[in-house]
Amino acid sequence: MTRNAIKDLILEIIEDIDEDADFDTLQADKPLRDQLDLDSMDFLDIVMELRKRHKLQIPEEDYPELATLDSCVNYLEPLLADA
Amino acid sequence: MPVSFSQAADKYDVVVIGSGLGGLTSANRLVYCGYKVLLLEYHSQLGGLATWFKRKGHIFDISLHGFPYGMVKTCKKYWNKEIMNSIVQLKDIVFDNPQFQLKTTFDRIDFTEKLNKQFRIPQSSINAFFTRVASMNFYDDQSMTTRELFEEFFPGRSDVHRLLMEPISYANGSSVDDPAITYGIVFSNFMNKGVYTFEGGTDKLIGMMTAELEKNGATICTNARVDRIITEKGIVKGVECQGRTIEAGSVVSNSGITNTIHNLTDQDAFSSEFLERANTVRVNNSSCQVYMGVKKEDKINDIGDLLFTSTTPEFDSSELRDFNTGSKTFSVYYPKTRPGHNQYTIVASMNANYSDWEKFTKEEYEKEKDALIQRTLSDLNRYFPNATERMDWLEAATPRTFNRYTLHTQGTSFGTKFEGLAISRSIFKEVGGLFHVGSVGIIMSGWLGAINYGVIVSNDVDAYMRSRD
Repeated sequence: MTRNAIKDLILEIIEDIDEDADFDTLQADKPLRDQLDLDSMDFLDIVMELRKRHKLQIPEEDYPELATLDSCVNYLEPLLADA
Repeated sequence: MPVSFSQAADKYDVVVIGSGLGGLTSANRLVYCGYKVLLLEYHSQLGGLATWFKRKGHIFDISLHGFPYGMVKTCKKYWNKEIMNSIVQLKDIVFDNPQFQLKTTFDRIDFTEKLNKQFRIPQSSINAFFTRVASMNFYDDQSMTTRELFEEFFPGRSDVHRLLMEPISYANGSSVDDPAITYGIVFSNFMNKGVYTFEGGTDKLIGMMTAELEKNGATICTNARVDRIITEKGIVKGVECQGRTIEAGSVVSNSGITNTIHNLTDQDAFSSEFLERANTVRVNNSSCQVYMGVKKEDKINDIGDLLFTSTTPEFDSSELRDFNTGSKTFSVYYPKTRPGHNQYTIVASMNANYSDWEKFTKEEYEKEKDALIQRTLSDLNRYFPNATERMDWLEAATPRTFNRYTLHTQGTSFGTKFEGLAISRSIFKEVGGLFHVGSVGIIMSGWLGAINYGVIVSNDVDAYMRSRD
């Protein structure tokens, strides 16, 4: 999966969680949590959705890697190389 | 509609034991993840402590009192929009005790104003307090108690401590001696946007959840008490129920954590180190309730939705659990609670200890229940004069009642103290495929806590199930 495709995947999952999420002003290097009003339960949803869609197992200690859109892409790129 | 246990198949991916909000939500998340799920409930009705009963045309809610705004998002994400759309705000929260009287919407803006104008607390102290509690996480240091937290910000102000603590004690059984982080997390949830309820009542909510769960493909059986969780070489194999063995890759127990470890699972399945830790888990206190149905021709004028009342001169956290406590909440249900059902009911709730009630003989027990009803009516007279004559149904529940319907150790109505959370969350690392969901650790308590914990645990189950493939 390309970096752009991974980015779209994350945004698509977030849109399922919160259909009112506004991506227009989203800064990829800033925490998603502050910009989109996401809480820790929302991040758990992202983890579950990635497991469901791509059989990805993300251990709890790696959850901080999902903090920003950029860090998500960096973390997921090698894991989704063959997807 | 739930089916009879005889219709259950012999094998499922996951068996959920118990249908409290945590069990129901875990089951719903797991069918969503694609698993074949069987939910077994011992009682004839689903919901666990999220329950209700009908008497003489009245419907009494046991635990609907009020939950934080977070339920809106949680119900939308993990149940459906229809459920979310039935959530409405309770705007009149009343406090009445010898130290102060006030009416509040129970949110940060209104609390700030009350603390500043009525209690004369400087704005800077109020802001600092709110900032501190809002920043608390469950993994933070837990050595500070709520008492110490209150003393730091509002030294010697028993009245302020009462305002801040009393509602939370009723919400989750915690006291000022519990870790400050448990207080901060729960209090901040409420302060977000106030107190909410489910329009249509608990029966409607559980009915909607049951329908959603069945639509999604789960099998639900009531009157099906699980006798044993079967393990083999440290791995879950299934459950035993009514003499039948149901095979399962994972078992999620929504029974109490202490019941799950001590009554449902073979002790050999656990290491002695784990059992030693589990033995230190303190279950929380239980409750007493008095259910009062107002005569059909009568009505309750607007006296508030939720009344925190006390006749005890000074706030004392432990007094709330005293057998003869002068402190109780009145949850007032107007016809707006169940549109179309033109009835007024009041449910009084008190915190209580199982040990105070377990010793009575049958006769003593009935006598003490009557005395509890009389004490409650006499307190209610202050808000609803001549209460006794205006009711056509009076009934009491005690810690023994809670024990009978939920099987919880010591009838606990609020799960366990903080240490229970770590045990609950790590049980599957001890016995592969065995999970626990339910009120634990104070923060995973109440309707919102139970539902969110159901989601957290189903994530653990999904990760475990997929790691086996």
